[in-house]
Amino acid sequence: MFTNRLVLLILFFSSYAYADLNIQNWKTPNGSQVYFVENHSLPVVDVNVMFSAGSVRDSKETNGVASMTNHLMFSGSAGMSEQELMNSFADIGAQIGSNFNRDQSSFSLRTLSEEKSKAIELFKVVLQKPNFDKEILDREAKRYVANIAQAETMPEAIATKKFMKSIYGEHPYGLPSSGTIDSINRIKVSHLKKFYKEYYVANQADIVIVGDVTQAEAESIAKDISSGLPVNNNIKLIPDVKQVKKQETRISHPAKQAHLYYGVPIMKRNDPDFFPLYVGNHVLGGSGFGSRLTYEIREKKGLVYSVYSYFMPLSKKGPFEVALQTSKDQVDEAMGLIETTIQDFIDNGPSESELQASKDNITGGFALRFGSNQKIMNYVSMMAFYNYPLDYLKTYTDKVNAVTVDQIKTAFKKRVDLNEFSTVIVGVDER
Amino acid sequence: MKLFKILFLLFFIPITGYTTVYKHSLENGLKIFVKEDNRAPIVVSQVWYRAGSLDEVNGKTGVAHLLEHMMFKGTKTTKPGEFSKIIAAAGGRENAFTGADYTCYFQQLEKSQLPISLKMEADRMQNLVVSEEEFAKEIKVVMEERLWRTDDNPKAQANELFNTLMFHAHPYGKPIVGWMNDLENMTHSDAEEWYKNWYGPNNAILVVAGDVKANEVFKMAEKYFGQIPPIVLPERKPQQEPKQNGTRTSILKAPSKLSYVQMGYRAPTLDKNSQEISKDQFALEVLVGILSQSSSARLTQNLVRDSRIALNVGAGYSMVNRGNESSFELYATPSETTSTSELIAALKEELNKIKRDGVTEEELKRVKTIVIADDVYQKDSVFNAAMQIGQLETQGYSYEILDDYIKNIKKVTSNDIQNAATKYFTDDTLTVVTIDPQPLDTSKPKKGKPHVH
Repeated sequence: MFTNRLVLLILFFSSYAYADLNIQNWKTPNGSQVYFVENHSLPVVDVNVMFSAGSVRDSKETNGVASMTNHLMFSGSAGMSEQELMNSFADIGAQIGSNFNRDQSSFSLRTLSEEKSKAIELFKVVLQKPNFDKEILDREAKRYVANIAQAETMPEAIATKKFMKSIYGEHPYGLPSSGTIDSINRIKVSHLKKFYKEYYVANQADIVIVGDVTQAEAESIAKDISSGLPVNNNIKLIPDVKQVKKQETRISHPAKQAHLYYGVPIMKRNDPDFFPLYVGNHVLGGSGFGSRLTYEIREKKGLVYSVYSYFMPLSKKGPFEVALQTSKDQVDEAMGLIETTIQDFIDNGPSESELQASKDNITGGFALRFGSNQKIMNYVSMMAFYNYPLDYLKTYTDKVNAVTVDQIKTAFKKRVDLNEFSTVIVGVDER
Repeated sequence: MKLFKILFLLFFIPITGYTTVYKHSLENGLKIFVKEDNRAPIVVSQVWYRAGSLDEVNGKTGVAHLLEHMMFKGTKTTKPGEFSKIIAAAGGRENAFTGADYTCYFQQLEKSQLPISLKMEADRMQNLVVSEEEFAKEIKVVMEERLWRTDDNPKAQANELFNTLMFHAHPYGKPIVGWMNDLENMTHSDAEEWYKNWYGPNNAILVVAGDVKANEVFKMAEKYFGQIPPIVLPERKPQQEPKQNGTRTSILKAPSKLSYVQMGYRAPTLDKNSQEISKDQFALEVLVGILSQSSSARLTQNLVRDSRIALNVGAGYSMVNRGNESSFELYATPSETTSTSELIAALKEELNKIKRDGVTEEELKRVKTIVIADDVYQKDSVFNAAMQIGQLETQGYSYEILDDYIKNIKKVTSNDIQNAATKYFTDDTLTVVTIDPQPLDTSKPKKGKPHVH
């Protein structure tokens, strides 16, 4: 039959994987981890520098300091004004970017090889000598406040903010990552300078370089970047996540759809149950059209455009999150389907054929994760920041293939308990 | 499948220069383009149909996008959802998107899996089954999609309103996702009719990019698509938009804290026969860069950083599309102490400065440098490479215009920009939509106004 013939073909080829990505790894003299992938196919160099300086470093009082520090890093350096700095990058066609989330604050540079010396010189100054100008802080604080106020009118933003608070309680993962109106208004330049000195430090930085440079050049780039950063040997540990009592929240909103979030913190990076949980969730709700949640709620009933579940592993336990949007009068039906689908999965696990289909998809598509310098950068950056072993890619396919139905059942039974899940629904009447 | 969809016909990937693209046509009219790139053992396959909301008629808006969803619901020999299952089992990622100008279906795979993709695309090009039962479920999904994308999203609503205001006759005035009432009254035979009218090899383009050999792809395409008979295509009317005589403005009330402005001027597209006579279009393309391409650009510098009357600001213009009508648009969120009329005046003043004084040599040089560098960066993505070819070809251009793109950008002078700005930025061809923010709780009176019983 058509399908069977295909499956044979697929099994044959799925042994191919892109496991031979050549990653070089070393430490700079003052302790930055460097990951380097040499690739001369395009005259382009990418650099990404990451710090353990996400919103998890905020407290309730200083909420928003981490985000604002990240945000102001491109707003003038070494006495150069914001506009001079932006023009200097633009004049050589270099692109700069920043990224910020609960764990991480990072900065990226993309430049043509022919402009790499100038570009890296500028990038170094950005990372090492931020101005943190008071005028600019005042201006940007106003923009933050306006955006926070706007987010408070948007159902999805209202829901995710409340969801994180519900599942994390007082843990800093539960804080809004851009702060609150009150806490933003409290930020002073001295907070930013202190935060920078404490967390933008060489001995905790990860530097990833991908593209058109030699190993010797990469070594010198990494050393240059690292050498001008502060050093702090007493960086604080991130607190462990404590389980909080589950909450059910309903918030009214004039939108036509209700937004539903459902979940609990479960998995951290380098978690021993990563493979059974990850592969299991691929079947449950992590793979779009192949997954059970999409089948039950979208394809069978037409209740939603999008429904998913995922584990977002962080430094400490990250959220397991299930979410959907649906017309208000359908939200209770959709919630019921989510609960029965997940509970059935916890009780019975996936079928052998579902598991095989997920393995085929994950391993057969492994090469796609490295199809461009940009994708290589993203993947290697994740490995660097979370200290994955260098042979992670080589063993990845085998580890996925080794997962069994029983392991998934055991891991889900042990780790996923619906009685602990919090629920947030925005767009229905408050009860 | 359809987890995303191109709703913005206006700003897309800037078109950029090319190396080698191989081209071939089958007897039934299917055009094939292959871009070889052996940096990684992967392949991208895209089938583009020259059918989008541009081709829809009143009362049936949204049918192009609905059919895109139905294309995953089975053929004479495959069950609903089977397409996705087979691609997933092959380690692939797949999706589709519908625009005003086209509908595109794509897969990304390890390179040896290309035949699976071509075989199944050929199957659904000719053997789709639109069952009443599957239609009934999928139309509900699409209505949920509309609620999520547009009805509950004030900026998307503003954009929808903006398009209807600017284009009265031309189909670019209609939403790609369709009007809700049209979706409520759509039937499975509307979807079937759409499929029958537009889905055939002579209305399609196959683009393959990645670690492949062009000759082998051509042979494979012949094997799978070669036997599909061409279809008789309906006549396409030009539906030109009449001349606009006077500013059109509209206000949208929506739950929001901040206000918002979207304004734009009617603008030309690249001539399909000759780039030589498209001087204005290249000037407008460079002007968008000077106004908003990077964080060093004018609008952010002047309105967000200096005068601080805007929280965010941007500009957009697309010089290529199939419908031969474009617009030069500005978007901005006023700060809490600025009214929308003050903001509109400030945006107009930025354009007046261009008309009066042109741009500096420094700005021109900077934008050209960025365009040339971006052209190199774009080569990093195999998917974008395929996307550029598919877009241009379905829009009625040759992908070869990419070869001259940078040359034409380099030619643009300050004088050209001044001329184009003076010609197109007139109040008579201006359209403006503003958001009038409403409190979430409508039972409470709006702040600042007395509560009258």
